[in-house]
Amino acid sequence: MQAFQEEDYTKRLDLGLWRKLLRVAKPFHPHLLGVVVLMAISAMIDVALPMMNAFAIDHFIAERTTEGLPLFIAEYIGLAAGQMAVVFGFIYLAGRVETGVCYLIRKLGFRKLQELPFAYYDRMPVGYLMSRLTNDTQRLGDTIGWSLVDLCWGAVFLVACAVQMLALNWQLALVVLLVIPPLAALSWKFQKEILSSYRAVRKRNSQITAGFNEGINGAKTTKTLVREQLNIEEFDEVAQGMRSASVRAATLSALFLPIVVSLGSLATGYVLWQGGNAVLAERIVAGTGMTIGVLQVFINYTVQFFQPVRDIARIFAELQSSQAAAERVMSLLETEPDIVDTPEVEAAFGDNFHPRRENWPALKGEIEFRDVSFRYKDGEQVLSHFNLHVDAGQTIALVGETGSGKSTIVNLVCRFYEPTQGQVLIDGVDYRERSQLWLESNLGYVLQSPHLFSGTIAENIRYGRPDAPEEEVRRAARMVGAEPFILAMKDGYDAQVGEGGSRLSTGQKQLVSFARAILTNPAIFVLDEATSSVDTETEQLIQTAIQKTLAGRTSFIIAHRLSTIRSADRILVIHDGRIVEDGTHRQLIAKQGVYYKLYTNQFQDEQGREILGER
Amino acid sequence: MPSPQNKPTPLQAMLALIRRNAGPFAGAMISTVMIVLIGYLTPLLLAETIDCVLTGKPSALPGWALAPLRALGWSRAYLADRLWILGLLLVGLNVVNGVFTYLKGRLTAVASENIALELRERLYAHLQALPFSYHVHAQTGDLIQRCTSDVDTIRRFLSVQVMEVVNALLMIVIALVILLGRNARLTLYSVVCVPLLFAFALWYFGKVRKSFREADESEGVMSAVLQENLSGVRVVRAFGQQEREVEKFETVNDDYRRKCFRVNRLLSIYWGVGDIITWAQSLLTLAVCVVFAVRGEITVGTMTLFVAYVGQLLFPVRQLGRVLSDTGKSLIAMERIQEILHAPAEPEEPEAQRPALDGDIVFDHVSFAYPDDGVPVLRDVSFTIPAGSTVALLGGTGSGKSTLVYLLQRLYEPTGGRITVGGVDLREIDRSWLRSHVGLILQEPFLYSKTIRENVGIVRRDPEAKAVEHAAEIAAASGFIAKADKGWETVVGERGVTLSGGQKQRVAIARTLLKDNRILIFDDSLSAVDTETDAQIRAALRHEQEGVTTLIISHRVTTLSQADKIIVLEDGRVTQEGTHAQLSAQPGLYQRINRIQTALEEELADARSAETAAAQDKEVRA
Repeated sequence: MQAFQEEDYTKRLDLGLWRKLLRVAKPFHPHLLGVVVLMAISAMIDVALPMMNAFAIDHFIAERTTEGLPLFIAEYIGLAAGQMAVVFGFIYLAGRVETGVCYLIRKLGFRKLQELPFAYYDRMPVGYLMSRLTNDTQRLGDTIGWSLVDLCWGAVFLVACAVQMLALNWQLALVVLLVIPPLAALSWKFQKEILSSYRAVRKRNSQITAGFNEGINGAKTTKTLVREQLNIEEFDEVAQGMRSASVRAATLSALFLPIVVSLGSLATGYVLWQGGNAVLAERIVAGTGMTIGVLQVFINYTVQFFQPVRDIARIFAELQSSQAAAERVMSLLETEPDIVDTPEVEAAFGDNFHPRRENWPALKGEIEFRDVSFRYKDGEQVLSHFNLHVDAGQTIALVGETGSGKSTIVNLVCRFYEPTQGQVLIDGVDYRERSQLWLESNLGYVLQSPHLFSGTIAENIRYGRPDAPEEEVRRAARMVGAEPFILAMKDGYDAQVGEGGSRLSTGQKQLVSFARAILTNPAIFVLDEATSSVDTETEQLIQTAIQKTLAGRTSFIIAHRLSTIRSADRILVIHDGRIVEDGTHRQLIAKQGVYYKLYTNQFQDEQGREILGER
Repeated sequence: MPSPQNKPTPLQAMLALIRRNAGPFAGAMISTVMIVLIGYLTPLLLAETIDCVLTGKPSALPGWALAPLRALGWSRAYLADRLWILGLLLVGLNVVNGVFTYLKGRLTAVASENIALELRERLYAHLQALPFSYHVHAQTGDLIQRCTSDVDTIRRFLSVQVMEVVNALLMIVIALVILLGRNARLTLYSVVCVPLLFAFALWYFGKVRKSFREADESEGVMSAVLQENLSGVRVVRAFGQQEREVEKFETVNDDYRRKCFRVNRLLSIYWGVGDIITWAQSLLTLAVCVVFAVRGEITVGTMTLFVAYVGQLLFPVRQLGRVLSDTGKSLIAMERIQEILHAPAEPEEPEAQRPALDGDIVFDHVSFAYPDDGVPVLRDVSFTIPAGSTVALLGGTGSGKSTLVYLLQRLYEPTGGRITVGGVDLREIDRSWLRSHVGLILQEPFLYSKTIRENVGIVRRDPEAKAVEHAAEIAAASGFIAKADKGWETVVGERGVTLSGGQKQRVAIARTLLKDNRILIFDDSLSAVDTETDAQIRAALRHEQEGVTTLIISHRVTTLSQADKIIVLEDGRVTQEGTHAQLSAQPGLYQRINRIQTALEEELADARSAETAAAQDKEVRA
């Protein structure tokens, strides 16, 4: 998973990408506009405030009067109240945008993930997809919601400040404004460095976590191999790297502020010097210089307006660094599924989210592969000109090594993939002429490692038929022999199974997943058989469950257990995408070929384990 | 290792960590003091310039501060003619302030990162030193969290929070001293809202913690639903439940949005109310200053000073409330870390021996029970594995065979009897020495997140490529390694390619072969390899590890039958012992296993006759 999170940082800022993202956030454009307006007002108030102080000095104090003080206070309170309202308002709106954009992207992304074909999941590890809809999305929400706040405030503040200064004393103002370009350049450079140094820290940090993970999970092996010392040395190297990266990042940050402030103080110093002279001049001949109040305003502005320059530089640097996140999210939202129903099929049978079940034909379960070739996206050819005819109700056991093509055959039957060439016919019709959901709704599927969803046992059994009455749920559980263990639990059918079914044993999970499959009464059944160890008793329960489930349905089993294989109507031995042997157990044993060899090998193992009480 | 009795409290432990980095910490503190002082000097400089130099009022500075200026000849008139000196002075103050700001940032980082480094290294090293039994019972997720988040909590506390507290306190104290010197009554007006602001921040963050936690929990729920959907994508599709999944996600997604937004709204209250108090204080200061100045009680410079100081003071006070509401967390984190660091490690044994380990292995009335439940696992087990021979062990679930193997590496100690090698009791043999020379291959081996090459060479510091490849050859692993994506450089383990059970077992065998084994133990470690490869590996091993005493646990007749001696372990007791020929003739577990072969041959004969009959049947009909 780690390898997928490496980001490409060398790219330049791609404004087109951000524009695309802003289009996705369209429902929030009014909010964003509100943020822009509020921040402009806020910046104006911040610019006006020093003017109030100047007025206080030049009017009340210079003229030694408190006349108009109540009005002054009222105005001040007015400004404060305005600023307050703006603060509430922009935090509210930006928060709306942030949480809303995150929500929207996750919603769109999740929907897209429900439509994307299996091939997509083959290439993308779950962890990677997760981080697209969690970390990456969060980051984009933050950026879109909050960077506009700072950006807008900064820009308006800068401009208003400059205008105000120019109006008060344009000669002095021009000199002061000269400091801005070098300041902006310096800030931009520094911010980029700082961001990349923190990225280095994060990378080291994930190495630290991985190190602990391995140090703890592998501790028992480490002891048996006496590798403690070497492990410690390796970890020390990572930890030292983390220390130097962190110190480097902190040092860069610590360096940045002083340099910018010092640079800015050049302007303040200059104002004190020249502005001071102007104040002295004013004292000699009124109207030739500036008042003390104005000098105060200038000093105030020069101290304050470096903040927005820094902010703007920071925002652009952040935009650049969250660009990778934006790219990943956009590429997910823009991925087009390559297994889609044609418009005609959709018109007749409905789509994934709006099925038109009333038009669906019944499925009997006769399956034919007609000259099917299949190759994966990466170019690996798995099947070529593959032919197979399965009668409705037949049980087929697929036997062969990992990578022989067994799973591909099953995935093609389920239309998790489509043939790159040739046809798969169900009840004599190419399945591309029916909707995906039609086939899926007629499928029963039990996985090698059964996957349950958090919730109660009943909810899990109901998964494929949420409206099934309780009696049917119980009947399904009884049929596969799951009821005794369910009733033995404290809450019976309402017992929580935990995340991913973690509160049940592997065997129990398998039984629940059989009940789940039976409840939908599928015409086609697929079983990817588990190799995991369960005790002998559970093993027998599972075998019974399998027999019950298979009865009367067209079934494909990727088989590992002899008892399952032996009872199949037909065994197909697959090697390199071809059927090398095809027949019943007895026929293939008598043949003494590939199957016979596999069988004897496994027979010894299974029998041995059974005698020792292990499965 | 300190005993649990004199375990220091979390606070003591924290102080000890700080003391070891006293230098950088002290430097950072001094820098903070300087920053605060200079931060206050700048407004003072401006105030003096306005009052004294520009408007001709007498200076408000105390005599001792004015003396050096006079000595320099910096009279008012002199400075009024040369205002650039004051401008330059301002720049100078800022530069000096900058230097201290830098030093503070850098030194704080050095100190806190040193402490984080120390904690991480100590934790890691201690985890390696903890006994086998600790790791059997450990909750890995929790341990990892302690080693990462808790360390980070402490680091953040020391680097950011401590300095913020120091900074805020210094600012308040110094501002009070300067302002009180100017005008006591005005000072009172200028800080009247400060306690209120502080109290509000403190109260507020205590209050909103629950909302933050709720948002975190909601995020957890949302991630869990997402995770379940993605890892169960096949089930979702196979049952055609996309629509319902979208609805389910919609619910949690929306809940998370609401909770986040709630936190956001609470934050807006914090900032808003904080701002109200801040503005009120600023306005009060300004208004009172105006009144005082108009009455002539203070100068314009003093007014500037008050307005500036109050402005500087308010933000750190707001932060102070937030930080203080957070400090409790770091002590809890420290306590959690201490729990790991004070778990007893495997004791040191300076007197231990390092014998050759090439003699007979003798189990002499060995008993064992795990300390947590006390149920006997091995009962009075006695047998001998002659030096250089291969002995096979047969036993079912719960027979105690895995425990027996652990005892041979001293991962556990027998609770009764003794095990000797060449006459030396294992308890007298140095642990690492013993483990270095007893190769143990487990049934479900753990591979490190490294390349295959590094995994095979894992026990050596600088393994030779040749030795590594040779070991893989013997373990029959070269074939699949060559076919792997990046060959020898393919990364495996948790963050890499997942190998099949049989492939993992072969890598585990290969890596063990690079040790200097005097004794070799296979704990069912060929179970996932097919019988042919199994035989091939064993043949290669016999040749390679000539003279190494070998113990093989297996359930395969072919493997068992080739051993020099077979020991049958049932329910913690040795029930049979002998050669293949002897045990085949005795009724018992071994005989039952041995019969599988016969059963297989019978089935083949059956199938053949049935097929012949079917064929004849066909012919007849034809």
